[in-house]
Amino acid sequence: MISRRKVLLGGAAAAGTLIVGYALWPSGRLRRADRLAAKSGERFLAYWIKIADDDIVSVVIPHCDMGTGIFTALLQMAAEELGADWDKTRAETAPPEPLFANGALVEGFALGQAGMTRDSIPAFLQGSVFAAGNRLAQFMDIQVTGGSSAVRTTGVYGVRIAAAAAREMLIAAAADRLKAPLKAFHTASSRVIHTPSGQSFRFGELAAAASQYSPSSHPKLKPKSQYTLVGKAVPRIDIPAKVNGATQYGLDVQVPGMQYAAIKISPIFGGKLVSVNEESIAGNPGIKKVIKLDDAVVVVADRFWRAQRAADVLQTVFSDAGNAAVSSNSIRERHLTALNQGPIKHEHSVGAGAKALQNQAPLERLYQVPYLAHAAMEPVNATALYSASGTLEVWAGSQDGLGARAFCAKAAGLPLDKVTFHLLPSGGAFGRRLPGLWNFLTYAVQAAMRLPGTPLKLIFTRDQDLRHDYYRPNVSSRFKAVLNEDGTPAVWVNEYTTDGGSNAEAHIVYEVPNQAYGAVKVVTPVPVGPWRSVESSWHGFFIESFIDELAHQAKRDPLDYRRALLKHKPRHLRVLELAVEKSGWNAPPAPAAPRRARGIAMVESFGTIVVHVAEVQISDDGDLKVHRITCAVDCGMAVNPDGFTAQIEGAIVFGLSAALYGEITLSKGAVEQQNFPDYPVVRLADCPAIEVHLIESDAPLGGGGEPGTPPVAPAVTNAIFAATGIRIRELPINKHSLKG
Amino acid sequence: MQIQLNVNGHARQVDVEADAPLLWVIRDELNLTGTKFGCGVGACGACTVHVNGKPMRSCVLPVSAVVDAKITTIEGIGAGALSAVQAAWISHQVPQCGYCQSGFIMAVSALLASNPNPSQDELGTLVTNICRCGTYTRMRAAVSSLASAAATAATARTSTVPNGAGK
Repeated sequence: MISRRKVLLGGAAAAGTLIVGYALWPSGRLRRADRLAAKSGERFLAYWIKIADDDIVSVVIPHCDMGTGIFTALLQMAAEELGADWDKTRAETAPPEPLFANGALVEGFALGQAGMTRDSIPAFLQGSVFAAGNRLAQFMDIQVTGGSSAVRTTGVYGVRIAAAAAREMLIAAAADRLKAPLKAFHTASSRVIHTPSGQSFRFGELAAAASQYSPSSHPKLKPKSQYTLVGKAVPRIDIPAKVNGATQYGLDVQVPGMQYAAIKISPIFGGKLVSVNEESIAGNPGIKKVIKLDDAVVVVADRFWRAQRAADVLQTVFSDAGNAAVSSNSIRERHLTALNQGPIKHEHSVGAGAKALQNQAPLERLYQVPYLAHAAMEPVNATALYSASGTLEVWAGSQDGLGARAFCAKAAGLPLDKVTFHLLPSGGAFGRRLPGLWNFLTYAVQAAMRLPGTPLKLIFTRDQDLRHDYYRPNVSSRFKAVLNEDGTPAVWVNEYTTDGGSNAEAHIVYEVPNQAYGAVKVVTPVPVGPWRSVESSWHGFFIESFIDELAHQAKRDPLDYRRALLKHKPRHLRVLELAVEKSGWNAPPAPAAPRRARGIAMVESFGTIVVHVAEVQISDDGDLKVHRITCAVDCGMAVNPDGFTAQIEGAIVFGLSAALYGEITLSKGAVEQQNFPDYPVVRLADCPAIEVHLIESDAPLGGGGEPGTPPVAPAVTNAIFAATGIRIRELPINKHSLKG
Repeated sequence: MQIQLNVNGHARQVDVEADAPLLWVIRDELNLTGTKFGCGVGACGACTVHVNGKPMRSCVLPVSAVVDAKITTIEGIGAGALSAVQAAWISHQVPQCGYCQSGFIMAVSALLASNPNPSQDELGTLVTNICRCGTYTRMRAAVSSLASAAATAATARTSTVPNGAGK
């Protein structure tokens, strides 16, 4: 059975004909777009596509820049369909207006969503849907960047269709001028060319006339065979401003009269502010105000370091909300109790399911992953200005500009039209700035409302950022398997804890006749949220570890074992074989060393198949060195192969940080980690050599930002097992001794 | 107190406490926001600037410690054009979110000024900044390209300079 999520976001190609309805913006709507987002000499031809008198094509993109290169890729898709000269194209961030809601994303996802349930909604959209009270009309007002969806939904179902419609309108204007048939024209280099005569017009000279036509809802799309720009490694358009300090992030906002705010949030989750001793900072310079909020205190000063130093020493009392006994250990104990006692609902079953275990002695293994923080380099922050006359202006990085604006309006009790939101690039996000994870907006708005007329920049220190995140969940997963005589699995049962997420990514690609998986809910006071690759970040580790264990149990080579179980999956096999070839799997690691070996893992997520081969070496003292990670990927086609490769490289480093050392622990109801020294991440010295090899296939476009992360941990732990015989079932790796 | 600073070749006067962190003075007093706040404890390097050519983590550096020093920030390193490191960062498509890159470019520039051809181990030991987007692979390639360009230039100089005249 294929999950609904797979249908909706994995390969919505079949639904494409329905989705293009969104492309048909009536002219009234386009003229409204002109008023909102067109400069002099520009006009919208189709939604998101502007063409100016000077030929410049601007694509107004309903996403945020958090570093993944999507503005470049989406601009490539638009330029390709239009036949625009790349040097005459520009990308803009869409204004956070309902008119610029990302209908392509919503429709690409929402098709067939009668009776939406939490389990049928991808994690990155849950915050939007449930904030809207499950009402589709409000849920439509989103501009989410997440779920590795920008290119495969916004691009495929939005940008390229709008651009193709605009091309047809330009051609119609040219045909009208020459009184020639439409089919006699083509576009290239930002010109409409009359093919028989070679006579041509600049886009700019046709744009005004072209805008008088209605965009088609079913424009003819360029066949892949004619692509000249999509599929090419184009330099990213955002990079030049990121090497000279010019890019302005949320942290860099300067507003006249601005004051700075530092925050101290109840260290214990759920705790409330009981009292504040303002005398304790009486001698601190520059302090303007101490603002008491429900579960936090905000210190406002004329400079940030003054606010921060005061917040550090400010004496406060918070209640413990009955959570003072919550610890990492207590949560793990509850996991085991829940797994032992249930009830566990097997949401997926194949063959005889879990019943096939009866009268068998299964191989049983427990795997566990810890809470993780996002720890983006830019600590979360927001600047807010509330005026007594009832308006609010907010500046921040967010993974949903329009959603953030609506959220701030709600927080302030104002109608949307009284709230202005300035969406800024994010210094990393990885899920931290998605809807539902917006404590930084809440606190900034609440504090600003207590200081009407004063712009307030609230910055979380790294300590507050790490201790008041929405964490990648702590998950325990117990597998049971029975093997056939040939060693292949006859029964596969996977039962795991969940904080409430859908957990659909527990599915396996391997052929096993009897399967069952399902979750048991364990509710804790710890806030959780999507973290780069979401559920696949844990299920990938669990599944690829267990399949490796089964191979060794069956005394089979782990690669051959996977091959045998993927006979029905040619696309997956092809990726596996490429990784094998490029990693030199069949030759021993060189230079040969006693505890040097390779491990392999494969995870399909966000429509993209990724195989990593990790090569590791462990010293006699137990020091682990990851020498190399070789990666093979099938994402259908990468719009910008170099940008896509960079995403996989980065996702590997992100996954490696988590695998090697990533762990947020709780003691007495509060997070123990405070900063990078006790939340270590991979640095240059620890970064392995990374090689990424892309396969082009006819599969629908897959996601790019996240799929590189899930297979990292199991590739490394499988390699550690191959090198040492030590099987790591609980991350991070540095909890375990690898001494020889 | 009034403090005189030399930032990017300009004399600048600020009125702050002696122990104000240089990072925030640069950002909020001088409005040079290319230098970033990442951890506040000198652990991540997002705030790296040059103090007399040496890479320093400005978030833990009291402003009083740099009164007579020459301070260079990311805004000053290219002096109106791109530095070689910045150009290599573009040609190797290093940045993703870009937030940490000012600090990396400052750290790498200082390293290359004293050691034009660092080994990978030296690079890893001497540049300990953090990039959460994981752009290290491309940083290494960019540094290698700069090192080989430096080596080529050095060879060219040697071959065109008469014996004994190159000192």
